[in-house]
Amino acid sequence: MSAVQLPTTRFDAAVTSTAPASAPQALRRSTTEPRWLQLSLIALALAFMALFLFAPLAVVFIEAFRKGLDVYLAAIVEPDALSAVLLTLTATLVSVPLNLVFGVAVAWAICKFDFHGKSLLLTLIDLPFSVSPVIAGLIFVLIFGLQGWLGGWLQAHDTKVIFAVPGIVLATVFVTFPFIARELIPLMQAQGIEQEEAARVLGANGWQIFWRVTLPNIKWALLYGVILCNARAMGEFGAVSVVSGHIRGQTNTMPLHIEIAYNEYQFAAAFAMASLLAALALVTLVLKYAVEQRVKHQKSDIRTDQAT
Amino acid sequence: MFLSRVLLKRHSVLPGFDLALGFALLYISLIVLIPLSAAFLKTASLSWSQFLTATATPRVLASYRLTFGASFLAAALNVVFGLVVAWVLVRYPFPGRRLVDALVDLPFALPTAVAGISLTAIYAQNGWIGQLLPFKVSYTPVGVWVALVFIGLPFVVRTLQPVLEDLNEELEEAAATLGASRWQTFARVIFPILAPTLLTGFALAFARALGEYGSVIFIAGNMPMVSEITPLLIITKLEQYDYAGATAIAVVMLVASFLILLLINLLQAWARKRQGGL
Repeated sequence: MSAVQLPTTRFDAAVTSTAPASAPQALRRSTTEPRWLQLSLIALALAFMALFLFAPLAVVFIEAFRKGLDVYLAAIVEPDALSAVLLTLTATLVSVPLNLVFGVAVAWAICKFDFHGKSLLLTLIDLPFSVSPVIAGLIFVLIFGLQGWLGGWLQAHDTKVIFAVPGIVLATVFVTFPFIARELIPLMQAQGIEQEEAARVLGANGWQIFWRVTLPNIKWALLYGVILCNARAMGEFGAVSVVSGHIRGQTNTMPLHIEIAYNEYQFAAAFAMASLLAALALVTLVLKYAVEQRVKHQKSDIRTDQAT
Repeated sequence: MFLSRVLLKRHSVLPGFDLALGFALLYISLIVLIPLSAAFLKTASLSWSQFLTATATPRVLASYRLTFGASFLAAALNVVFGLVVAWVLVRYPFPGRRLVDALVDLPFALPTAVAGISLTAIYAQNGWIGQLLPFKVSYTPVGVWVALVFIGLPFVVRTLQPVLEDLNEELEEAAATLGASRWQTFARVIFPILAPTLLTGFALAFARALGEYGSVIFIAGNMPMVSEITPLLIITKLEQYDYAGATAIAVVMLVASFLILLLINLLQAWARKRQGGL
């Protein structure tokens, strides 16, 4: 409403007022800041971000290449580093699809149906975000650790969860749990259920509705969630650190490899591995930005549809 | 079948409720609820005095002071600069704005261990910024604060941005027409509208900072009583096989986080009510 009305009032003011040319300008001057203040605020914002965001990002790459390309490459192709990369990819490849299926299922239930306990369920989905990563690791130690609930049973069956790959996967699943569901729920709620109901009336079964109606509608939000989930899964440190046991070549992920190298004063190696993750972060930001525009468009389309 | 009969408020022609909700509940129980309840059950097995010895020794209390204090100060700084950054990004066009806007999310995307070692390198005494400062940052409580500022910034900016974008310009025009100076308009019209959102951003940044581990432990120096954060203390206890002690501290932190989560929900409801009317 306001967007439509605003130009007209300005136009009216310009035509009817006795000081026509200066009135809108005076108004604009009084609803924005003087130029010097604008520039100082921009400078202040950029200075703050330079100190706390840009400098840390830049230093990763500078430190990584400080001793030259040979040292950099050697640090990355070293067997322990490669096995860390491999383990990180494994944990990510397991946890992202799991959380993807969960996200779609829970969003379907929440957005397409009206049921008791919905708001409680919504709160529970966000729970892992408010839990410290360290505690996320700890709770799995309490269950699967040697002194844990299932510790004796696991030992009797000669299986290891804690200080082994399954524990790392579990901790990663926990910390990345809400990402996809959180992106899907607001969008699917805004989209409503008319299209699915229409498909149903036309004789489509559940899977057909999902694949041909719902999925095309949510694909960008889904991708957005996957991007965020993936970034966190590959970069998770605290939770994984608790359950990993830091066994070189076996239970070290990329972030843990960074820690060990750093603590042994192999700074070039630590920053080389860090540069891979920082590059991943930059790719994430680019993808996120591109997909975000599409999701935004979709949301504002829904809003205008509903308004008309 | 059972779920839909008990829970559904009204019948729906769409299929899949039982399957979707059933799977979601099973998954959420296995991954989140049962593991989290383990922490509470383990702590419930302690007597009250055991609980206190685990969670209230001078060393643990010092870690609470540092964790809560640094998180509070970091969130406070983020509110001030987060407002400036969000304001500039929403209102002033300048070259590179979209790039800067995208980079605000860097702390979300950059793994905490990477942030930790690079902040340490920059703020160390021979680092880019550290050498310009008259006091030590890396390996002191100030370093903890720096890392938490880094982690918390996007929470404030991203919470504020949509509200600033939706801010009704007519209100500012009305204030200007009525003779308010720009500063008066900001202080008496804009700021009161933003206040609940600023508080929400503060609470989100604070909550995240409380549990932060990866970016802090490299820069903190981790001296007991001085620069040792509570999450690190939990890990230290675990490494000494003091599971009960570690869990008791974890429960204290969990309760604090849940209270903040509750506060955030209340704040957001308040903000919606307040901004909905405008």
